[in-house]
Amino acid sequence: MSNEIAPLTDPGLPEHVHRKSDVDPLAAKKAERQVGILFLLSVLGTLLFVFSYVGIEEDVFIFLPVMGSTNAHQLFLGLGLAMALFFIGMAAVHWAKTLMPDHEVIDVRKEQRSKDEDRAAFVATVKERGGEAGLGRRPFIKRTMGLALGLVGISPILLLRDLGPLPENDLNTTNWAAGTRLVTDPGNRPIKPSDLEVGGVVQVQPEFPAGKERHLDDIAQDSVLLIRIRPEEFNLTPERLSWTYEGIIAFSKICSHMGCAVALYEQTTKHLLCPCHQSTFDVTRAAKVIFGPAARPLPQLAITVDSEGYLVAQAPFNEAVGPSFWGRDSQ
Amino acid sequence: MSARERVAGQVANYVDERTGAAKWLKKTVTKVFPDHWSFMLGEIVLYSFIILLLSGTFLTFWFDPSMREVEYEGSYEPLSGLKMSAAYASTLHISFDVRGGLLMRQIHHWAALIFMAAMVAHLMRVFFTGAFRKPREFNWIIGVGLLTLGIVEGFLGYSLPDDLLSGTGIRIAEAIIQAIPVVGSYLSYFAFGGAFPGEMFIQRIYVVHILLLPGIFLALITAHLMLVWYQKHTQYPGPGRTEKNVVGYPLMPVYMAKAGGFFFIVFGVTAFLGAVASINPIWIYGPYTPGQIGAGSQPDWYMGWLDGLVRMSPPIETHAFGHTISWNILIPGLIIPGIIFTGMALYPFIESWMTGDKREHHLLDRPRNAPNRTALGAMSITFMLVTLINGGNDLLATHFDLSINQIMWFSRIGVILLPPLVFVITKRICLSLQRADRELVLHGRETGRLVMLPHGEFIEVHEPLSPQRAFTLASHEQPAAIEPVLADDNGVRNPKGAKAKLQARLSRAHSEQVAKPTTKEILEIEDHH
Repeated sequence: MSNEIAPLTDPGLPEHVHRKSDVDPLAAKKAERQVGILFLLSVLGTLLFVFSYVGIEEDVFIFLPVMGSTNAHQLFLGLGLAMALFFIGMAAVHWAKTLMPDHEVIDVRKEQRSKDEDRAAFVATVKERGGEAGLGRRPFIKRTMGLALGLVGISPILLLRDLGPLPENDLNTTNWAAGTRLVTDPGNRPIKPSDLEVGGVVQVQPEFPAGKERHLDDIAQDSVLLIRIRPEEFNLTPERLSWTYEGIIAFSKICSHMGCAVALYEQTTKHLLCPCHQSTFDVTRAAKVIFGPAARPLPQLAITVDSEGYLVAQAPFNEAVGPSFWGRDSQ
Repeated sequence: MSARERVAGQVANYVDERTGAAKWLKKTVTKVFPDHWSFMLGEIVLYSFIILLLSGTFLTFWFDPSMREVEYEGSYEPLSGLKMSAAYASTLHISFDVRGGLLMRQIHHWAALIFMAAMVAHLMRVFFTGAFRKPREFNWIIGVGLLTLGIVEGFLGYSLPDDLLSGTGIRIAEAIIQAIPVVGSYLSYFAFGGAFPGEMFIQRIYVVHILLLPGIFLALITAHLMLVWYQKHTQYPGPGRTEKNVVGYPLMPVYMAKAGGFFFIVFGVTAFLGAVASINPIWIYGPYTPGQIGAGSQPDWYMGWLDGLVRMSPPIETHAFGHTISWNILIPGLIIPGIIFTGMALYPFIESWMTGDKREHHLLDRPRNAPNRTALGAMSITFMLVTLINGGNDLLATHFDLSINQIMWFSRIGVILLPPLVFVITKRICLSLQRADRELVLHGRETGRLVMLPHGEFIEVHEPLSPQRAFTLASHEQPAAIEPVLADDNGVRNPKGAKAKLQARLSRAHSEQVAKPTTKEILEIEDHH
């Protein structure tokens, strides 16, 4: 300790100061009235609640400043409940502060540690009782018990196995195949290049054979954005350019970072932005990442038209869509 | 004896003959609690938890935790006839077709936000006053556990309605699971019962949200309170307050009324917020589909820092031997939060090691009197705030007409530079405040009254502090730094010399203080005048 000299000595608890309600019977009477009024306000709140529940229809809307158009049923139910509860609390606290004793009380505090003899007695007891079990003298029981207890944990873990199937190759594949038509989402109509103007964007899904239902799992992997720009604006390798059709380019809409829908397309800069973490992709350069945490471009879907002039996929995606995973071959 | 007393006596006798509770209850009703506003923060957490249990139970009567596809036929016209999950449809039903249903949903959500906010405020109170020190380390660890589970519970809760916003949150959680090396995609397929989003997830997290986690909460909160009860509450330093006593008001009747009343006040305020402040209007977001998203997707505030970390992460992935490791997800999503929460849980032990202090502490520190700890706390808060700001970078950008890229770069640089800067500044401020306290005790309070002495000199009159106040400002301990033992008396080098040196270095940083005034100094000044 650097300060051995006792600093300013403890003057002890300050003297108790009487409240007005302690010495003046009139003030005490007034405080009592105040507590009563607070309880009555709570009663009013409950009445308001009951009235709102039975008396105000659920579809009544009123206009209030700041809040705008508000559902009167929910609002007055809530205000009634709030009043009913809040004023019970206020009454209790006011009661405690004005009328209940306000003398501070001192309680002694003991060290948490047990007394030495108690500790010694405990250790002796444990040793004696433990010795009676004789685990130390019977190593065979000790080892087999350890083995049994260690293995019994396998059962509950194994039971969890059927929570779900193994991923197998699922994450690497989508419903896109060579020749699959692109259909609008929503609408489910096949589209022709002429349906999409320069600057336009449309969300598409692979066409399903009649009878096959589209589940959310499918949408989570298949969603594709079609974007049309002027062909001369592309800055692509010849291979990637051959994956486009008359200025129409198709990317997986599922973000390569964490799988959100990359939904914000800025027409002037031709950037695609993911609203979750702001990864930004340059459409003209095959969705190259130009900002944000995404580490890979959005997978590009090779498209062309079929004999009837509808847009189709040339081939399935050449890589896994969506966020990365351990088994993903990203080379 | 009045009739009422007789009946009460009979009941008490009946119970005590079967339980022997009288002795324990007598001690209990006279239990002393110190009074301070900051001790109410933990109470708010407890009361919010009770509100959550009550309002949550109400919601379960109608909520259908199923991803089965249904066609909406309720009274909310704009979504009429739309295909959606039963979970979403039943949430709409609660909101529009159950009287008071929307109110209860909003009370439940507000209570969750208050639960987390009060927990963080309570944690800061405990940290900055040093209440986590021996013998309260267990309670600190339980608290860190509650905070961690609270974040998970809140996330699962707002994911249940299966709306477009929460579905996006689940998608991100799935990506974090999937990013775990080797087992990630397996864990994800187990959790979701197949490919994302599958048809199992909502009903699974429902059980976790309403049964598993609340049960763990109940157990941990009970243990937390029992320890508070058993160890007796800490108190702030002041006249008459020592390490050996506890000064305050008795449970009966003062604290029963105050704490009981405070429960109703917290509930009342939560109900008021639920009535007037709309929160999570899921009917505007629409049902979840993985192909769509709303602009400005934001998690609840207690997840914001995590999202902010993910957003500011540099785009780094490793590709090798046909495997991919997403550092851009693993580092901000798992590694940094893991380090933060582990460090937080271990802090009482770290500080005790740094200072070499193994004694019990029941008197709280004023934050300025523990400059190093206070600076560490301010540093951590700064880190969290910068990440939280970045978690809302899109909203900040649109509301204040800023560029998202600039906010992102500010955060990326700020998250590294600002915390140490705040550490240094906070420590200096604490030492300055100590100096100010010293001045106050030695020279008294400035009255602002100027007096002209006969020979023309102007002086300002200082008024001495009351002995109570002076004691409060000067009664704290100022332990000296520990000296490293590098060699024993025979000159043999300490094999753990490096560790001892580090400990001494940290101890020096931790014991940096402005010397507090002593009785001797005061007496000298008095003689001088």
